[in-house]
Amino acid sequence: MATEYRVPHEKELETIDVNVNVGPQHPATHGVFRMILTVDGEQVVDLYPVIGYMHRGAEKLSENCDYRQAIGYQDRTEYLGQFNAEFCYVQAVEKLAGIQPPERAEYIRVILTELNRIASHQMFVGAFGTDIGLFGTSFMYSFRDREVIQDLFEAVTGERMMYAYFRPGGVAWDVPEDFRERCREVVAVVRRGIDDIDGLMTENDVIIARCRGLSPVTPEDAINWGLTGPMLRATGLKHDLRRAEPYSIYDRFEFDIPTGTQGDVYDRYLVRVGEMRQSLRIAEQALEQMPEGPIMAEGLKRTLRVPEGEVYVRNETPRGEYGIYLVSKGGDKPYRLKIRSPAFCSLSALKAMSVGTYVADTIINLGSFDIVLGEVDR
Amino acid sequence: MIADNPWVDGLARMGIIAVAIPLAVIVLTYVERKVLGRLQMRLGPMRVGPYGTLQSVADTIKLLTKEDLRPQTADRWTFELAPFVVVMPVFLAFVTLPFTADLFVRNLELGLFFIVAVSGVSIVGFVMAGWGSDNKYALLGGARAAAQLISYEIPLVMAVLAVAMFGQSLNLVELVEGQGRVPFVVWQPLAFLIFLVAGLAELYRQPFDIPVAESEVVGGPLVEYSGIRWSMFQMAEVANMVLISVLASLLFLGGWNWPLGEEVGAGLQVVLIFVKTSMFILVFMWLRGTLPRLRIDQMMAFCWQVLLPFAFLQIIINGWVLVYGWPDWVLGVLSGMAALAAGYLTYRMAWRAAEPVLPRLHRVGSVP
Repeated sequence: MATEYRVPHEKELETIDVNVNVGPQHPATHGVFRMILTVDGEQVVDLYPVIGYMHRGAEKLSENCDYRQAIGYQDRTEYLGQFNAEFCYVQAVEKLAGIQPPERAEYIRVILTELNRIASHQMFVGAFGTDIGLFGTSFMYSFRDREVIQDLFEAVTGERMMYAYFRPGGVAWDVPEDFRERCREVVAVVRRGIDDIDGLMTENDVIIARCRGLSPVTPEDAINWGLTGPMLRATGLKHDLRRAEPYSIYDRFEFDIPTGTQGDVYDRYLVRVGEMRQSLRIAEQALEQMPEGPIMAEGLKRTLRVPEGEVYVRNETPRGEYGIYLVSKGGDKPYRLKIRSPAFCSLSALKAMSVGTYVADTIINLGSFDIVLGEVDR
Repeated sequence: MIADNPWVDGLARMGIIAVAIPLAVIVLTYVERKVLGRLQMRLGPMRVGPYGTLQSVADTIKLLTKEDLRPQTADRWTFELAPFVVVMPVFLAFVTLPFTADLFVRNLELGLFFIVAVSGVSIVGFVMAGWGSDNKYALLGGARAAAQLISYEIPLVMAVLAVAMFGQSLNLVELVEGQGRVPFVVWQPLAFLIFLVAGLAELYRQPFDIPVAESEVVGGPLVEYSGIRWSMFQMAEVANMVLISVLASLLFLGGWNWPLGEEVGAGLQVVLIFVKTSMFILVFMWLRGTLPRLRIDQMMAFCWQVLLPFAFLQIIINGWVLVYGWPDWVLGVLSGMAALAAGYLTYRMAWRAAEPVLPRLHRVGSVP
C-alpha cells in the first residue's frame, strides 16, 4: 500500500525504512488525522494519509432533515469556521428557494462570519506555533483573543461552538442591543492581539529558519491539486471568492487580498495573519454600514418547501473554497447535499509536499494546511 | 568539616546532596510552571496549597504511586535501567560541585574534568531508553538524543577547557578563587556564549528540545515510561539544569567570590551563588516559553559549523595569549570580537536558511 510510490534513494549501509504511524492520536494531527510515514532516518520517503476516523455521514444525515434542521450539521462539519459553513448552506437554500434575506441580516451574517474567520485563524496560529515547538505560548496568546470573539458569539447565539444561528432567509433572532459597541471592542482587542502574535512568531528567527522555503508550491501545482484559500493565495495567486465572485454583500467592502510569493509554509502563515487584519477591516466597515430593520425575510412558512432544482454555492471559508451542492426534488428535505470541503482537497497535496522533507518538517507542513477533520471526513 | 572521620563526613555531605537535589527538583518544577504560566498569561498551578505551592508535592506523590508500566515487547533490562543511567551521572557530577568555598562533598583536583566525564554517560541512558522501549517514536527520539547530546558535548567541553586554560586549573574552587576581582566572562565572552548554548542543548530544552519534541516524537525516549521511571528522567533534566547553571556561574560569573570577595561569610556566599544560578535557570525557562524548536539538521549544522570552530578559536586565542604572556585585556578584546563574529554568523545562518527560494515543480507530482 504505502511502498508503491517509494522515491528511490541510494543506500550505502544496509538499512531499512521504518513506517512510523503518526496519528490518529498524536499531538500534531489536529484531531484524528492519521498519516503513515515511511522514514529513512529522519527523512520522509513516503507518506500515506488515512482519513475517515471522524466520518459521521453529515451529508446523508442532512438529507433526512428539514432544511432548517440541517444547519446544525454544517456547524459540526466545519467546527472552527462554523458561521462560514452555515453561511454557505443558507445561501444555497435561499438561492434554490428564491428567498432574499433582508439587509440587516446580511450585515449580521458578514460581521459574524468575518469574526469567525479570525477565530479560526487564531486557532491556526496557536496550533501552528505548538507544531513548531513553542511551548503553548502561541496557543495562549491566540486563545486570549479567540475567547473574546467567542464571548461575543455566545452573547449573540447562546452557544460557544455549534451556533446554528443563520437561517434560510435571515438569522434566528436579532443581535443584542449593545452588539455594535461590543463588536468594536472585540475588533480593538483582536487587533492588539494580532500585533502580539506578530511579535512572538512572525519575526521569530527560529520560525523563519524552520518555515521559509519549506515545501514551496507553484501556482500551477496549486491549481492542479485543487488548493484553495490561504494555501492558494500563498503561492501568489490573488484569488479570493469574496472578491472574485462576490456573494452576499461582499462587493460593498474594501479589503485587500494578502498573497504570498513562494507558496511555502511561512507564506501560508503570513497570508493567514494578513487575512485576520483584513477580516477586521471588513467587520469594521460592516459595523459602520449596518442598518436597522427586519432580520428575517417575509412570508416564510413554518416548513420550508424548496422547489425542484439544483444549485452549487461556494464561499470563502478560513480554509478555502467551501462549496454546497444542493439538489431538491421538491418537498421539505434536500434530495442530495454534497459538501466540497477545502481541507479535504488540500490534503491531496500533503504527500507530494512532504516527501523528501524531514519528519519535523512534515509536522509543520501538515500544520500549515490548517485541517479541520470534521470537514475532511464529514 | 561536618565530622572528624572523613568517611562519616563524606557520607553526611552525600546525604545532603541526595536530599537537596530532589528537593530542588520539586521546587524548580513549581517555579517553572509558574514562570511559564506568567509568560503565557495564565496563573499556573493554583489549586493545591496556597498559590499552588504544594502542586509539585502532589505530583511527586502521584508519580511515586503510579503503576510502573513496561511494554510487553520492551527489552527488559535496557528499558528498566535506562532511567538510572540517565540520573546517576547528574548526581555524581554534584559530588564535586562546590556551592561555596566550603560547601561541597569532595573538592577534586580534577573536578571539572570529572563533571564533564560523568555527565557524558547520560547519553547512553537516552539511547538505551530509545532502543529498549520498542517504540518507533522512542527510537527516533533516541537517535536524535544521541546525535544532539554527543555533538554538543564537544563545544561544551571546549568552552570549559578554555576556562581551565585561562584559570590554570581544573579544580573548581581554585578556578573561582581566581575570579576575585574580575569574573572570567569578561576575559572569555566567547567561551561563555558557547557554554550557554551548548549547555542549553545538553539540557534538551527549547529551542533544542528535539529529542523529546512533543509535537513530533511525543516525548521521544520518554514516551513509554510512566511513574517513578518517568520522574527519574524528569529529575535528571531539572537537576542537569541546576548543574549547568551552577557551573556557568562558577566558571564565568565568579561563583561565590565575585563581586563580594572571599571575606564575606558563608551565608552571603550561598546567597550570591543562589542569585547567579537562579538567573541562569530563569533565562532557560524564559527561552522555553518563547522559542520554537529547531530542526535536527539545522541544529547539527549550527554545532559543527559555528560552535565548534569558534570553540577551537577560543582555545587558540587563549593558547596564543598565554604562551606569549600578553596582558589579559588582549584576551578579552580578541574573545569579544570572536563572540561578535559568532553572533553575526549565527544571525546570518538563520537568515540564509530563510533566503527566498523559487517555487519548484514538485518531484512527486511527476513520479507516477
